[in-house]
Amino acid sequence: MADTALAHGADHGAPHTTTGLSNNKLGMWIFLGSECLLFGGLISTYMLYKGRVSAGPQPDQIYDIPFTSVSSFVLLMSSLTMVLAVSAAHRRDDRNTNLWLTVTALLGATFVGGQVYEFTAFYREGLGFTTSLFGSSFYTLTGFHGVHVTVGIIMLMALVGMVRRNRIPGSKAETVELIGLYWHFVDIVWIVIFTLVYLIPS
Amino acid sequence: MSTVTEHAGHTDHSHDESHGASDKQYVVIALILAALTAIEVSTYYVDFGPLFMPTLFVLMAVKFVIVVSYFMHLKFDNKLFSYLFYTGLILAIAVYCGALATFKFFLQKG
Repeated sequence: MADTALAHGADHGAPHTTTGLSNNKLGMWIFLGSECLLFGGLISTYMLYKGRVSAGPQPDQIYDIPFTSVSSFVLLMSSLTMVLAVSAAHRRDDRNTNLWLTVTALLGATFVGGQVYEFTAFYREGLGFTTSLFGSSFYTLTGFHGVHVTVGIIMLMALVGMVRRNRIPGSKAETVELIGLYWHFVDIVWIVIFTLVYLIPS
Repeated sequence: MSTVTEHAGHTDHSHDESHGASDKQYVVIALILAALTAIEVSTYYVDFGPLFMPTLFVLMAVKFVIVVSYFMHLKFDNKLFSYLFYTGLILAIAVYCGALATFKFFLQKG
């Protein structure tokens, strides 16, 4: 009976845990909860220091809202392509899973490219990392977010390769879903940053 | 043991069914998010007066909840995941309030 149940579970990728929940998924949600604290601290620091400009440009003098709005839109749409990848993975449609994962990675790369351009433009306008408390907190916050997006892109590309070669151990759909949770988290952090950092003036 | 595995198997099955939103529904949700972003950006060009800050905060919160609930499936998933995530979020907000209060306190002292 137990063997039958185990075999049944293995066929459907069921988690054999006392909670009946996947430990991987549980771990990912705990990780995302702790990430809230990391970004909470960074956003708090920025909000406290954004008015401390001893030298260099003020926030509203350098922010390019139309440009950042397009970047935000790109990242938001990458959440759509990610959820479509998860949906395709649940249908065991490897072709569309890989397609949407690749599109998500490309949209993420576009966002990071935009951030690199923005940082370069700000530096040329006189805002270095140590220019002012505003500069330090701004680059730390948005830089940490950019690193998270970059890590997400690396995970997406690795996942594309693993799906293509059928090298994912355990449930393929769950693996795609876990990467998807991380990606959506990066998106919701940007939703907060875009409003608090860019749209609310100092 | 067999009870646990059978229970686990059942949970996973219902879990798969809970990801019921269709691709078309996801596209509609994305369009709603895009529209909300457009309203957010419009606050930069149009004078919202005293409604400026409340509008931005409400739109931010609505977008946040939509992504977490539908794209991250928290609305349909086990409540334990919601507790774990929102605990982190509430602690993060507490960190901000604590830091802000501390700075205000020291600034008033100085």
